Amino acid sequence: MADGAAEKSVANQEEVNMKKSVILGAVTIASLSAGAAVAGTLDDVKARGKLNCGVTTGLVGFAAPDANGEWEGFDVAVCRAVATAVLGDPTAVEFVPTTGKTRFTALASGEIDMLARNTTWTFSRDVDLKFEFVGINYYDGQGFMVPKELGVTSAKDLDGATVCIQTGTTTELNLADFFRANNISYEPVPIETNAEAQPLYLDGACDVYTTDASGLAATRAAFENPADHVVLPEIISKEPLGPLVRHGDHEWGDVVRWSLNSMIAAEELGVTSVNVAELAGGTDNPEINRLLGTEGTLGEMLGLEADWAKNIIMNIGNYGEVFESNIGEATPIGLARGLNAQWTDGGLLYSPPFR
Amino acid sequence: MATVTEPPVESFRLSMLLNDTRYRGYTFQFIALLLLVFAIAWLGQNLIQNLQAAGLDISWTFLGEPAGYDINQTLIPYTSQSTHLQAAWVGVLNTLLVAFMGCVTATVIGVIAGVLRLSNNWLIAKLMSAYVEAFRNVPVLIWILIISTIVTLLPAPRAYRGETPDVEMLFGAIAYTNRGVYIPAPVWGPGSSVVVITFLLSIVAMFAYRRYAKTLLYSTGRLLPTFWPSIGIFFLPAIVMFFIMGQPISLDYPALQGFNFQGGIQLQRPLIALWLALSIYTGAFIAENVRAGIQAVSKGQTEAAGSLGMRPNRIMSLVVLPQALRVIVPPLISQYLNITKNSSLAIAVGYADITATLGGITLNQTGRAIECILLLMLFYLVISLCISAIMNVYNNAVKLKER
Repeated sequence: MADGAAEKSVANQEEVNMKKSVILGAVTIASLSAGAAVAGTLDDVKARGKLNCGVTTGLVGFAAPDANGEWEGFDVAVCRAVATAVLGDPTAVEFVPTTGKTRFTALASGEIDMLARNTTWTFSRDVDLKFEFVGINYYDGQGFMVPKELGVTSAKDLDGATVCIQTGTTTELNLADFFRANNISYEPVPIETNAEAQPLYLDGACDVYTTDASGLAATRAAFENPADHVVLPEIISKEPLGPLVRHGDHEWGDVVRWSLNSMIAAEELGVTSVNVAELAGGTDNPEINRLLGTEGTLGEMLGLEADWAKNIIMNIGNYGEVFESNIGEATPIGLARGLNAQWTDGGLLYSPPFR
Repeated sequence: MATVTEPPVESFRLSMLLNDTRYRGYTFQFIALLLLVFAIAWLGQNLIQNLQAAGLDISWTFLGEPAGYDINQTLIPYTSQSTHLQAAWVGVLNTLLVAFMGCVTATVIGVIAGVLRLSNNWLIAKLMSAYVEAFRNVPVLIWILIISTIVTLLPAPRAYRGETPDVEMLFGAIAYTNRGVYIPAPVWGPGSSVVVITFLLSIVAMFAYRRYAKTLLYSTGRLLPTFWPSIGIFFLPAIVMFFIMGQPISLDYPALQGFNFQGGIQLQRPLIALWLALSIYTGAFIAENVRAGIQAVSKGQTEAAGSLGMRPNRIMSLVVLPQALRVIVPPLISQYLNITKNSSLAIAVGYADITATLGGITLNQTGRAIECILLLMLFYLVISLCISAIMNVYNNAVKLKER
């Protein structure tokens, strides 16, 4: 009985503390909105026990909740990889859906620790907006999708077309440049999210839908009759998509960068979620040993456990596994590796060495 | 007591700031003012500090740089190479356009619905009650989305294509599609200015005639007909001049070319959705204002006018409405302000208002959130104060003259 009372009072005390911290937290957020969390994100995440990761509001294959409300997808895997590296738990992620417009504010204000939302690495975002792109997890380019019945075979035939476009993205600027360079006209229909674009496009309120080619494939896969729509051959821009963090917190940037690199390197080295446990016992390849933490002190240098990368590969898989299970040719989205193959296979993926 | 008739001449002491009711109010107001100034200074300081910590600064140079994006509805020349400032102006004009159209339509709808809600006809009165209650109590964003969806259900332009199209243009001149409504545009040929000037003169003449009829009524009691002569003066001279000048004004009909209709004037889907939604939503509020204004006029006024032999229409327009305006105008101002501010919901349907250009795309592409939001706040503040000022002038003109 006495124990129960003591417990109760402890609980009460905790509740009071919690209330206090909630109030304090609210005050802090209200007052220190911009740039409060410049340094020490790694410690913040460890203390919080949860990673706040910004993703899209829903793009099948890249980041979307499944039937059980669990987020899954290619970008989601990056979030989970970082959570695994830092906290050892791939589910310790709070997914924050962001639109093209809200994503940068969310990151700059500290609402999210990192952004993995098929965001194009551009000069001005890197330099002027004070963000740090830690790598590229998908090499993309902007394309056009049109209904087959229009009989359009090239983007240059689109003179006078009405184009649905997600506002607040690089695609908006590429589109203006492309049509101006080819001296043809168009009428933009700005929309906020991919989900809003679909009904407008399907009802014929716009002739063309343009976004990154991977996004077009993902969107088309969700249509009732994907075969009625074609993605035009022109790719009008380079869209290197990658995760990003706030400028100035280099320790945290390193953690996210090398979490991504570990997945890419693992594929190159032939480490998969299946054989990682076996390889962690020790191999003849010193790079695999360093990656999996059986040799050297790479984990310690990052401020993480020695088996951080092993955990990532065991729980999430290497880059190739993540690609195939979320957006690869066996999935409804059906993207080929193309540019996103390893450099050894003629692609652009190239992780700096783990040394 | 003696002190009542002979108040003591007390010198001011510091403690009176708290103890004396005459000064206590000032003390607290002063403290409140200090706190307010302190709070603002603290917030400003905080902003500057955090901006510095994040390595950001406040700069307005981005306004002079090329915007790089296209806008679907531009009232002034604009290309993707124009500056962010020009894009902001495009947005300002689009906001003003939809706000103006919304105010006019909402007033017309509101006055009609408000008057009809007091009708003796049971069916009409109930229909108007249903309108007011249904539209007033559903958020305007929902109405914008509903109307936008309804417009999206109209036929696509490609339904007009082919030898036997699925859909015919209305009167062969108006095309209604899920991208908007296309109406013929006037083409001003040589000599058309004469017709326009004649038309403007006939408007002046119409008002002159009505004023003459009014003075005649007040001085002699003779009642001239005004409705049909007004219509005649309004239309006839311009039509006659149109044929005298050899029909200089022709119409440019919209025609299907390529993907879209070309030519004519296009009312785009976003504009239609936003305009109609704002009009019917705010119209419901204005209807209630009008009803309140009319009911505020004493019934005796109506009965007195009736006993003088006036007909119901004249009682309404000559006796009741002029007095009701006093009650109607002040809340009407706030409804106009509401329309202007609610027009910022435009982004929901992709209408390129100031919130969508400056506060949306420009903000996003340049990352200058604080600057853009400050400009945006400034714009809405200025425009709201202007509307307020204009409506206050009008209110002073119609309010009860106290002498």
